[in-house]
Amino acid sequence: MNVVIVAGKEIHQAVRNRWVLASTLLLAALALSLTFLGSAPTGTVGVRALDVVIVSLSSLTIFLIPLIALLISHDAIVGDMERGTMLLLLSYPVARWQVLLGKFLGHLAVLAFATCLGYGLAAAALVATGTRIDHDSLAAFAAMIGSSVLLGAVFVAIGYLVSALVRDRGTAAGISIGLWLLLVLIYDMALLGLLALDQGRNISATALNAMLLFNPTDVYRLFNLTGFANVSTFAGMAGLAQSTSLSIQVLLLALTLWTIVPLGLAALAFSRREL
Amino acid sequence: MNATVRVSNVSKRYGRIAAVTDVSFELGEGEMVALIGHNGAGKTTLMKLMLGLIRPTGGSIVVLGDNPAAGEFSGRRYLGYLPENVSFDAALTGRETQIFYARLKREPVAKALELLDAVGLGAAAARRVATYSKGMRQRLGLAQALIGKPRVLLLDEPTTGLDPELRQTFYKVIQQLAAEGTTVLLSSHALTELEERAARVIIMNHGIKVADGSIETLRNIARLPTRIRLKVAGLAPGEVPAWLPASAPCRRMNGHVVEIDAAPEQKIELLRCATAVGTKLEDLDVVPPSLDELYAHFLRQAEKMP
Repeated sequence: MNVVIVAGKEIHQAVRNRWVLASTLLLAALALSLTFLGSAPTGTVGVRALDVVIVSLSSLTIFLIPLIALLISHDAIVGDMERGTMLLLLSYPVARWQVLLGKFLGHLAVLAFATCLGYGLAAAALVATGTRIDHDSLAAFAAMIGSSVLLGAVFVAIGYLVSALVRDRGTAAGISIGLWLLLVLIYDMALLGLLALDQGRNISATALNAMLLFNPTDVYRLFNLTGFANVSTFAGMAGLAQSTSLSIQVLLLALTLWTIVPLGLAALAFSRREL
Repeated sequence: MNATVRVSNVSKRYGRIAAVTDVSFELGEGEMVALIGHNGAGKTTLMKLMLGLIRPTGGSIVVLGDNPAAGEFSGRRYLGYLPENVSFDAALTGRETQIFYARLKREPVAKALELLDAVGLGAAAARRVATYSKGMRQRLGLAQALIGKPRVLLLDEPTTGLDPELRQTFYKVIQQLAAEGTTVLLSSHALTELEERAARVIIMNHGIKVADGSIETLRNIARLPTRIRLKVAGLAPGEVPAWLPASAPCRRMNGHVVEIDAAPEQKIELLRCATAVGTKLEDLDVVPPSLDELYAHFLRQAEKMP
């Protein structure tokens, strides 16, 4: 009950602060422009327009969703402490884990709303312009939206962990940007460099899988680009899809763990905080 | 008297700094207690300890049957807290804020909203908290603290930023609650304000409790002189009345007024002399040591001790 009350307030605030509006508009605008500009290479006769959209949109999601998630979450605990609102809230009959979980559900709802509406618009626009979409593509698109929300959950949880550990908001923002750069850009480049240097001599397929599971954005990429046969042919990942032994279930489990573990650690750190 | 708050040998250290050292007291139902001390004396720390916002380094605390340090919070439904420099989420309106807090306490929303009118925020309730002045935020802070007839009220500097009229209303509400059995602990710098209202005073200095008792008890312990002011006719400047015992220190004030510092055991005797026949007494005032003076006295004493 307390969790629901706190979540409701978070959503209310996000609507007031226009976070919901801003993130929905941003995602919708990008999704729509990718839908129509992105289909240029395949031409209007492209039979699988939605599959192409999935490939381009999921690549964009990897950059954008973690950024939005970290933006709303890095401030959640340390910011409320600095503003002094946490002091009053914790004097109420509510446990700290309930505050954290409530905030998490609230922020996740905002993110889910923006993603579903923004990306859903892209699919609706394709349908409206007369593109034929088959069931496989639709399923893959729905999975893309779902996994994007899950990726958002991962980064909201990571943002909370940062927020529960640091002393001031500036540090939280700095660490969040650093984590974003690391997980979204640097990790993949380093991995690629490593693979190129190694030439397949020492790094086995199992080791590579483990390294991919260690970065939630890679898990998301694998899930969307190799998880569905119709999409992987467009993504140029068909080869990788065959060589990787990670099933969809394993990838989903990895994303879930990437949410639960940071969230649990954030709850632990928060419960020990003095304010 | 049932104790609602029990603080036993509590200490709190931040690294090498001792914020509170070995403090013990009990607060009973219906007691109105003033917690006084200068900045950094440990008043806010004590309240935070009672709320479980921080954990004691030593000792134990029980608030409404809960041990706040262990994260127990069921009793907090019946606890109201007004922090020093209270702040609210700026995006919400006063009304929405009050509803949120009422729900967390499982109290009827309609009753909680009536409190907004009681503190004079009725007209501004639909406005965002971001537009509120300091005084209005303080009013909202009071309104949320009073949700659901609390059994314990912890008020940290509650009257700062309130205008005199609301101050009166505030004390009326608080005294009403205390009469109905609420324990009220309030910290303040406005000692004159507390003097007539608080039945009991706890004085803190550098994290140590230096005095605890009713103002009468503290006066007895402190043995500060009562000031007797006499207006006597026909006294030459610099002259003191002839009947005045030499042991009573006295000074001349503006015009005909003589001020005598009377030790507690001298007081009645001096008054008898002054009101005896033939002293040409025109007027007489008896001023007992104020809370300000008592506070200063106890702090001086605490400083003297090693």
